[in-house]
Amino acid sequence: MPRVRYIEPGGRERTLELDVGSSVMRGAVDAGIDGIEAQCGGNCACATCHCYVQPPWLDKLVPASDDERLMLTNVAAERRPNSRLSCQLTVSPALDGLTVQFPERQS
Amino acid sequence: MASQAPIVIVGAGQAGVQIAESLRQEGYGDELLLIGNEAHPPYQRPPLSKKWLLEPGAYSALALRGAEALLRRRIELKLDTEVIAIDRAASQLQLADGERLDYSKLALATGASARALPVPGAALGQVLSLRSIGDSAAISAAIRRCAAAGRPVVVIGGGFIGLEVAASARKLGAAVTVLEGLPRLMSRVTAPIVSEAFERVHRAHGVELLFGAQVTRLLGGADGVGAVCTADGREHAAGCVIVGIGVVPDDRLAAAAGLACDRGILVDDCARTSDESIVAAGDCTARRLADGRLLRLESVQNAVEQAKSAAAALLGRERPFVAAPWFWSDQYDIKLQMVGLSHGYDQVVTRGDLQKPAFSAFYFRAGRLIAVDSLSRVQDHMQSKRLLDHGLSPTPEQAADPLFELQSLLKQARLATADGA
Repeated sequence: MPRVRYIEPGGRERTLELDVGSSVMRGAVDAGIDGIEAQCGGNCACATCHCYVQPPWLDKLVPASDDERLMLTNVAAERRPNSRLSCQLTVSPALDGLTVQFPERQS
Repeated sequence: MASQAPIVIVGAGQAGVQIAESLRQEGYGDELLLIGNEAHPPYQRPPLSKKWLLEPGAYSALALRGAEALLRRRIELKLDTEVIAIDRAASQLQLADGERLDYSKLALATGASARALPVPGAALGQVLSLRSIGDSAAISAAIRRCAAAGRPVVVIGGGFIGLEVAASARKLGAAVTVLEGLPRLMSRVTAPIVSEAFERVHRAHGVELLFGAQVTRLLGGADGVGAVCTADGREHAAGCVIVGIGVVPDDRLAAAAGLACDRGILVDDCARTSDESIVAAGDCTARRLADGRLLRLESVQNAVEQAKSAAAALLGRERPFVAAPWFWSDQYDIKLQMVGLSHGYDQVVTRGDLQKPAFSAFYFRAGRLIAVDSLSRVQDHMQSKRLLDHGLSPTPEQAADPLFELQSLLKQARLATADGA
């Protein structure tokens, strides 16, 4: 199973093995990673699962949809070039090792 | 001994889970007990009227938090448990099985129940309402049976739940009639121009919409309900009836214990009840605003934000919930996102394409922006949310001008960087 490494707002790191097809948000929520709210449950409606994708993974992801890109325009924490909504990141074998960091605030 | 009793949270939905989680995040280190009256561990309700109806799947996809998350945060979960009374003098809860539980402090997150249809025949088979996973599965199955048998699905209530169910039923191939008592859809929360857009979309998808329809009784058929009668003398054939006429806050426990209630447990901005050792959050509450009005919100955001306030209050801190309320609804391919409270507006302007529909309605009161409904206009929603959260307002002329960038107001207030990011 692909591994995803999470960096919590306090800097603590945890690596989880996730099912292919699951989302990076789902993995974090199931395991109780700090720094994510995911209020809408993965509908791309709330922007409270905002994460920063660490190098070199940004270019390996499926690009953000129009909706995701627009949701990202006004996230609660600083928006950066590597900002993504973790509910829109689907786990795949090619993403084994993907590393994301959650910001200080989501709402 | 009381100091060693756990903080107990009654209600294991969105608000209850968030209170527990926030207590840990705020540094509470002692025992924490989360009591739920359903068999399932905490799960999300919004999908139950949306994609879950189309494809009921594994419970795990609806889980609010995984078992590992609760374990990691040392949140003890007690499911299938009905609390029947609060003994405030003894700081104890009375459970249905006779057990008594001590609490050091108490949080109530008891949610709401679907409002029952107050007419004869409402107890017939295949008359369903939506609140739990089980309800959603039953509605999904009933709609499929209707689709297969060529029987109509009758939805009573043209609000969010009713319309989401109607949209899902059409996708599943059933004939659908929506009976709404008032003259338009979602009239309690939106302007006519938004109601009209949804009216067109539902009709374009083949939904029969009837307004001013006063349901008088339900008639039995071969198996369960067979027809819905309205005051105009019509009988509407029905293979199943979905009742979506709002919810009733579950405040019985609190009211019986003498806490101040008024169709909801009364709380302040910090989620405090009339008892200083008891807080409440989510659908079960009615919040007293600064101007004295009572606000009852049924939404995920309200549950989450009140829960954060409640957790802070339990630890003696003030964390008022002041963010603009927001909601969302999915109907067909329209993403409806609403922010603010439009109640009392005196002007509405729109930007975008009303026919498509892909537009936003901006509500003003005395020239100030108070709410925005966005139909498939994600950027308008996100920008408006930031504007309202920070007390900023475009003029009505600016809001209506498609060339005016709302983002420029955020930039001026230094709430956004120059590139729009």
